[in-house]
Amino acid sequence: MKITLFIPCFVNTCFPQAGISMVQIFERLGHTVDYREQVVCCGQPAFNSGYWDEARLVDERTLGLLADTDAVVSASGSCGAMLKVFYPQLFDGRPQADAARALAAKCFEFSDFLVTKLGVTDLGARFPGKVTFHDGCHGLRELGVKSQPRKLLEKVRDLELVEMKEAESCCGFGGTFAAKFPMISTAMGEVKCASALETGADFIVSNDSSCLMQIAGLLDRQGRKVRTLHIAEVLASR
Amino acid sequence: MNTPVEQFREDATRVAADEQHRRLIQGALGKYYVARDRQVGRFQDWQSARQAAAETKWEAVNHLDQHLVSFAEKLEARGGKVFWANNSAEARDYILKICREKKARCIVKSKAMTAEEIHLNAALEKDGYEVVESDLGEYIVQLRKEAPYHFVFPAMHLSRGDIRELFDREIGNVKSDNPEDLTMVARRVLRKKYCEADIGISGANFAIAETGMISITENEGNARLTTSLPRVHIAVMGIEKVLPRLEDLALFLPMLGTAGAGQAITCYNSMIGGPRQPGECDGPEEFHVVLLDNHRTRLLADPEQRDALHCIRCGACLNVCPIFKNIGGHSYGTTYQGPIGSVITPHFRGLQDWKHLSNASSLCGACTSACPVKIDIHHHLLHNRRNAATQKPRWWEKLAYKIAAGVLNWPEFYAFATAVGRVMQKFHPLVKGSVLDPARAWTKTRELPQVAPQSFRDYWRARERKP
Ligand code: SF4
Repeated sequence: MKITLFIPCFVNTCFPQAGISMVQIFERLGHTVDYREQVVCCGQPAFNSGYWDEARLVDERTLGLLADTDAVVSASGSCGAMLKVFYPQLFDGRPQADAARALAAKCFEFSDFLVTKLGVTDLGARFPGKVTFHDGCHGLRELGVKSQPRKLLEKVRDLELVEMKEAESCCGFGGTFAAKFPMISTAMGEVKCASALETGADFIVSNDSSCLMQIAGLLDRQGRKVRTLHIAEVLASR
Repeated sequence: MNTPVEQFREDATRVAADEQHRRLIQGALGKYYVARDRQVGRFQDWQSARQAAAETKWEAVNHLDQHLVSFAEKLEARGGKVFWANNSAEARDYILKICREKKARCIVKSKAMTAEEIHLNAALEKDGYEVVESDLGEYIVQLRKEAPYHFVFPAMHLSRGDIRELFDREIGNVKSDNPEDLTMVARRVLRKKYCEADIGISGANFAIAETGMISITENEGNARLTTSLPRVHIAVMGIEKVLPRLEDLALFLPMLGTAGAGQAITCYNSMIGGPRQPGECDGPEEFHVVLLDNHRTRLLADPEQRDALHCIRCGACLNVCPIFKNIGGHSYGTTYQGPIGSVITPHFRGLQDWKHLSNASSLCGACTSACPVKIDIHHHLLHNRRNAATQKPRWWEKLAYKIAAGVLNWPEFYAFATAVGRVMQKFHPLVKGSVLDPARAWTKTRELPQVAPQSFRDYWRARERKP
C-alpha cells in the first residue's frame, strides 16, 4: 500500500524523529512511503481561534495536495482529527466539501492505522524501560483512539507499561490556548506531569507530539530526568 | 471596574497557581469519579441511555411550544398559577408582587440556579425580606456572602474546617468539624425558619408536560419542607426543563443522580402538581410556577447550538473539566460555571463580553464525553469562537493568520524560516523569560522545544537523493 505521511509543521521542525520512525516502521512492513513536502500544516491554529476563512487559505491547498492519495497517516492525533473531523465541517456547503469528506475517509492517526487498518500489533520492537502512555485528547475523543496504542506497546519486548491515573486528562496544551492562557495551561500540565511522575516511569509516550512538547517543556523546567517519546520512536526501536 | 475578561484573567491566574485549592478539589472529586463509574456500571448500557435521553430532550426542546402549553394547562386546572417571564426583571417583579400581596416577612428557599440567574435574593433583601437558603451548601455560601462555586455543589471549595469556622463565627459555639455535627448545627437554625416562613421558593429539575407537574431532586429533604410548609410556594424554572411524559423520569432521575453525584438515585424526588387540593390537609395554599425565558429562546433559534438546552444541570461536565478544576467555579463570574456555562453565557449575556470563556479551553472534550444528554459542548466552544471572530474580528489576529497562511503556503520560505529559527534559537537564552522574549507566555513556566538540526523535510530530501 502507498502510505502518505502527514507531518505537521511542529513535527517537521522540532520532532522529526517521530516522522523518521514512521517511515522505518512502514517500510519494514513492506509498504511504500510517500511524503509531500508542500504539505506543511493542517491549519488548526487559525481554525481553533475562530478564523475559519484564514484556516481555509491553508486548508484548501492541503486538501488539493492530498487529493490523489490512498491513505494519509498523521504523526499527531490532533492534526489527524483536524483532517478527519474538522475539514468536513470547515468546507461544509462549499465546492471542496466532497474533497474534504473523501480525505476524511482515508485519513488516520498513526497507531489506529497500524492496528485497525493494517491489522498489526507486533512490530518486532524492543525497548527496555518503564513507560506510561498519555492519551492525546483529540486522538482519544475525536478519533476514538484508546486501545490501539496500548495493543502496540504491549507487544514491545522488555517494555513495562504502567498506566497513570490521569492518562485521559488533558495536558493543557490546546494550541494557541497555551499562549493565550498560560497559567491555566501550566496548571493543567502540572497535574498531568505529577500523575505521570507518580508511576515512576522513565518515559512518557504519546501519539501526539504537541502534548509531549507541553509535558517535556514543564518537566525540563523542573529538571526532571523523565524523557518524552512519540510512540513511533518506541515502536521503531530494536 | 474590571471588564469580565480582565476579572476572569485575574481570578483564573490566581486560583490556577493555588496548590491548596487544587488538592481540595482533586480530593472532593476523586470520590465522585469512583462512585459515578460504579453507578454507570449499573445501567444496562450507559451509552444507549445517553442516546435515549438525548432523543427525549431533542423532542422536548424542538416542540417546546406544545409541551409548555400542555404543562401550563394541566397545572392551572389544579389551581396552580403559571407566569411566563420574558426576562429576569419580569420574573423578579412577579415574585416581589406576590411577596407584597401576601405581606410576607420571611422567605425560605431551596436550591434554584434560576433564582441566582435573576438575582432574586438581592432583590428580595433590598425590599426588606429575610431570605434563608435551606440547602446546606447554599446556606454556607449565603453566610459567606458568596456566589455558589459549583451549580450542584455550591460549597465544594470549602473544607470541613472552613465550614466549622464559619458556623462558629456566624452561629456561635461550634467546636466540631464532623460533617454530621455541622449538618445538625445548620438544621437547628433552618428548622425554625421553615415554620416561620410565609413563602417557599424552589427551582425545578424537570417539568412534565403530560401531567403538569414539576419534579424536584435533592439530598437533604430541605426542598420538600420549603415547598410544603409555607403558605405559598413559588417555583422558578427555565423553559427548557420540560419533558414530554411522566415515564421519562424513569430514565432522567437515575441519570441525574448518576452523572451528577454518583448516586443510583438522589435521596428525595418530589413531584408537585398544584397547591393544596380540597380535602387535603397539608401543602401550600398557593402554588406559582415562573417559566423563565431570559434569552433561552435565543439559544432555541440557533440550530447549531440548540442542544445546549438539553442540559439537565447535572454538573458532570464541571466535575471532569480540567479548566474548572484548576481555576475554580468563582473565576467564571457567571451563574452557570464550567463548560456548559462557557457555552450558554455568551447567548444569555452577550457574545463579545463572554467569548473569553470559550477561548479559555483546550477543547479536550472531556465534558462532551461526560454529558448524559450528549450535548456537543466542546464543539460549541469552537462555534462560539468562530461566531465571535466573524462578528468582530481582532484585526491583528486576522492579519497574523493571513501572514501565517502565506508562509505555510510557500514551503521554500517556510523552510528558510525554519533555518532562521534554528540560528535565532542560539540567542534565545539572552532574552529568555524577559520582556523581550517573544515566547514569554510559554517560557515563563516551560522550556521551548529545540528546532532540530535536520528537519523532516531535509531528512526526506537527503533520503530521496540516495539511489
Ligand atoms: S451540559 Fe451535560 S454534563 Fe453539563 S450540566 Fe448540562 S447535562 Fe450535565
